[in-house]
Amino acid sequence: MRAKAAIAGVADAASPTGDLDLRGQRLQVAMIREALDDAGLTIADVDGICTADPGMGAMGLAEHLGVRPVFVDSTMTGGSSFEVHLEHAASLIAHGQAECIVSVYAATPHSDRRRAREAGGGGGGRPRRPGGLYPGAAWEAPFGLRMPIGAYALAASRHMHEFGTTPEQLAQIAVSTREWAVKNPRARFQDPISIDDVLASEMVCSPLHKLDCCLQTDGAGAFVMVSAERAPTLRKPPVYVLGAGTCTTHSIISQMPTLTTTGTAVSGAKAMAMAGVTHEDVDLLMLYDSFTITTLLLIEDLGFCPKGEGGPFVEDGKLGPGGSLPTNTNGGGLSYTHPGMYGMFLVVEAVRQLRGEAGDRQLDRCDVAIASASGGVLSAMSTAVLGTEATL
Amino acid sequence: MTVIRGIEPPEDKDLGTFWDGTRAKELRLPTCRSCGTTFWYPRTTCPSCLAEELDWRAASGTGAVHAVSVNHRPEKYAVALVELDEGVRLMSNVVNVDPDDVTVGMRVRLSWEALSDGRHLWLFEPEG
Repeated sequence: MRAKAAIAGVADAASPTGDLDLRGQRLQVAMIREALDDAGLTIADVDGICTADPGMGAMGLAEHLGVRPVFVDSTMTGGSSFEVHLEHAASLIAHGQAECIVSVYAATPHSDRRRAREAGGGGGGRPRRPGGLYPGAAWEAPFGLRMPIGAYALAASRHMHEFGTTPEQLAQIAVSTREWAVKNPRARFQDPISIDDVLASEMVCSPLHKLDCCLQTDGAGAFVMVSAERAPTLRKPPVYVLGAGTCTTHSIISQMPTLTTTGTAVSGAKAMAMAGVTHEDVDLLMLYDSFTITTLLLIEDLGFCPKGEGGPFVEDGKLGPGGSLPTNTNGGGLSYTHPGMYGMFLVVEAVRQLRGEAGDRQLDRCDVAIASASGGVLSAMSTAVLGTEATL
Repeated sequence: MTVIRGIEPPEDKDLGTFWDGTRAKELRLPTCRSCGTTFWYPRTTCPSCLAEELDWRAASGTGAVHAVSVNHRPEKYAVALVELDEGVRLMSNVVNVDPDDVTVGMRVRLSWEALSDGRHLWLFEPEG
């Protein structure tokens, strides 16, 4: 599968206000149109549709778009859905089963809440967890586990106990990520913060403070994938899918086999082996940062430092601008945008960096990027290795 | 008894033996007759071998805190993963103690909270 498929177009939308003007299918369509235009393609080229929308999501979206696809994918693994779509799409394209596949995401929780308030409603409230077979209803919810932060807080608690990881070390991840957001004019938060600011922010679920948590904003994005043969004929430099992998270890946090090791240990190793890259080859990490602990676990599970040493590893600020391991250069879910399922933005930023389109935050050298996402509560972990033409 | 914010668990009739146990303040753990695995959470099928013949045995009711998080709003309480001495790990609350004093490794024992229908919810409190 290595370098048989490429990302030819991307789009994303976010705003410092947290609000977007469009929503729903109009926002999805805007993203698809923009990503296709980025590639120099049109909707007539598309023969595959991916979305994490509920129900038979991709069927409805394809109909709305007037596409009769040979491939639909409504896989919903939470925040990692789009990395999973990417893996599926790359495999389908590699086997010649589809030619041009779009994955799209749009969610507007920030403005939905505002609209609900203005309509005199109760403020919109939290989205309900799925009922029925969702095992957390019986085995976790009765104990007041706040979702999803409570689950991540338990993983952080265990990491601190086993390895001596400190609140300051987790806070450093938020600080480094904010340093990148300062360089992104679309980021929700663009003012620098300090470790003390993080530690002084409200304790939500110990050991996680408010500034250890991702945002809740409107946001949307899309990417378009084609074959490696076709990609160089299109508008933008191709970004090749060098490797991909996914591993799901559980659904609810109390079933996680080891609280301090995620399925990324499997998905990352698989994706990097397929790509044939070593840690030294990687110029950019785009890591899911629903919470600071998520980033820490992904760094360890991808093997950038030994298990348990993530705290000391990030302490020197190496994830930030000028550091040796640039991570989440868009400002991440912590400071750029987080509409609920952030994985789309990992792919879009990786593509922009690999093309040299990242503006003030552009890395000097960027030929290999890893986008690694978490879905559920450290449950469905998916990793993609992306590269420029120089990696072929 | 600290009343914890939360919804009452739905009662799955296929797990009658388990829920009846909570009526008698007995935490019955399923053990697979085929492969011998004791597992949590209760379900009708062994997650190690898919066999459906299960024995339900009362847990000793003691264990240790594996991980803990104090929820701060709207009320303060300790959510913990407790590892029972039988080796299974389950979600619960540690009560009858200041939530901030609950630590990983703390020894705990069962402390039942009545539900509205005669069932009980398995909470924990510091041992001794």
